Amino acid sequence: MMLVRYLSQIGKYFIMLAEIFKKPTKWSVMRGLVFKEIDDLIIDSLGIVSFISFFVGGVVSIQTALNLTNPLIPKYLIGFATRQSVVLEFAPTFISIIMAGKMGSFITSSIGTMRVTEQIDALEVMGVNSLNYLVFPKLIALLLFPFVIGIAMFLGILGGWLGGVYGGFLSSSEFIQGLQSEFVPFHIVYAFIKTVIFALILATIPSFHGYYMKGGALEVGKASTVSFVWTSVIIILANYILTQLLLAS
Amino acid sequence: MIEVKNVKKSFNGVEVLKGISTTFETGKTNLIIGQSGSGKTVLLKSLLGIHTPDSGTISFDGRIYSELTDDERRDLRTEIGMVFQGSALFDSMTVEENVAFPLKMFTNKTIAEIKERVDFVIDRVHLENAHTKKPSEISGGMQKRVAIARAIVNNPKYLFCDEPNSGLDPKTSIVIDNLIQEITEEYNITTVINTHDMNSVMEIGEKIVFLKQGVLAWEGSKREIFKTDNAAVTDFVYSSNLFKKIREAQNKEV
Repeated sequence: MMLVRYLSQIGKYFIMLAEIFKKPTKWSVMRGLVFKEIDDLIIDSLGIVSFISFFVGGVVSIQTALNLTNPLIPKYLIGFATRQSVVLEFAPTFISIIMAGKMGSFITSSIGTMRVTEQIDALEVMGVNSLNYLVFPKLIALLLFPFVIGIAMFLGILGGWLGGVYGGFLSSSEFIQGLQSEFVPFHIVYAFIKTVIFALILATIPSFHGYYMKGGALEVGKASTVSFVWTSVIIILANYILTQLLLAS
Repeated sequence: MIEVKNVKKSFNGVEVLKGISTTFETGKTNLIIGQSGSGKTVLLKSLLGIHTPDSGTISFDGRIYSELTDDERRDLRTEIGMVFQGSALFDSMTVEENVAFPLKMFTNKTIAEIKERVDFVIDRVHLENAHTKKPSEISGGMQKRVAIARAIVNNPKYLFCDEPNSGLDPKTSIVIDNLIQEITEEYNITTVINTHDMNSVMEIGEKIVFLKQGVLAWEGSKREIFKTDNAAVTDFVYSSNLFKKIREAQNKEV
């Protein structure tokens, strides 16, 4: 019974994805909506992403340094480990999970409130494709999500450099040598491919939970929580599958 | 004119509308009344196309909704104005942005033309000083008037109102009722109002459709409703102590 319910929800989610692209809203209206979503979802996230990335990068560097007790292991590995951790996992995956909490709950609660207060019914009665009007601008805005992740990568490594160098664990040139050591450009491509997929998940799963919610204010809160859990689960699963496909094969 | 023919609708095996047939006339305020659970909202949502009837037809000036293509339905919806029970104004927009919304979405009017029309409609519903306010900054009665302004801004042929007086004081309710009736006559709109407010029935009930347990139990005008012998209608109308006392006083006079 539970399996049927999950399958039914998955089917509904894919039908929703198809509906997003039907009966498009006039471009003159859509343009304004896209800029608003860029402001709400991307620009408003930069502060918290920068703060977290900078300090986590610093902590990764310090932790690595504190665990490299063997004098035979070169210190530049601190820079190498920081780069690999930040670029491969921390920036694309963990920032996306943090954004599932921030952006995801914002998307679910804003669409859910529109559902509860009949604003979505009002759009439908007017002849507007409410899914296109509400979700499509979010999808377009989140195409800029890789830009956020690029900033997270840069600040994470900057934090690592400051933590490592000013913590007295290694010199600046050793850190930079580590950053350049065994650099595989495809790792950047891999990270950004993941980011684009996570952006699509971040835009659509919270929208699904907000759009199809039923009930009142309490249910909006519950839908936001459920949305966060499912967005995180799907990001983690997608991360595993993409890593297997892009790096392991 | 909206013609409803033998409309049936069930949810989870429970028949909510049991073959409703009636007409809602142009230029008149048509009221759907009945107790909670009588099927009023389901009928209104069926008229709006939010619910699809299991059987029966709904036609808008001869256009049968179930036989229209998606594009034709979309065009028809642009001819419909709706005032929701909770007003359903867009929180993120100001009053004038809310009112301008249908024009921006469905017309090719210039910004100046949109502004002119929006100003006219906002003045028409007597909201001159509320242009730049957000829905959360105005009263419930003002929100209803904004909802009416948004519903009529694109010159609809059909106006639907779901409990337009819900949550309003009696004085403001009368203002809203009269405004809807004036607009209906002025623009020759087919107006359908879902209500259980007897004051509205007395004020603007030119045609009244009474539903009981999914069946059309009675239809007539506001003058006829107080004279009918239909037990279901009298039970509903005189459930209010005020109306009971008025009736007793009238009987004594006679």
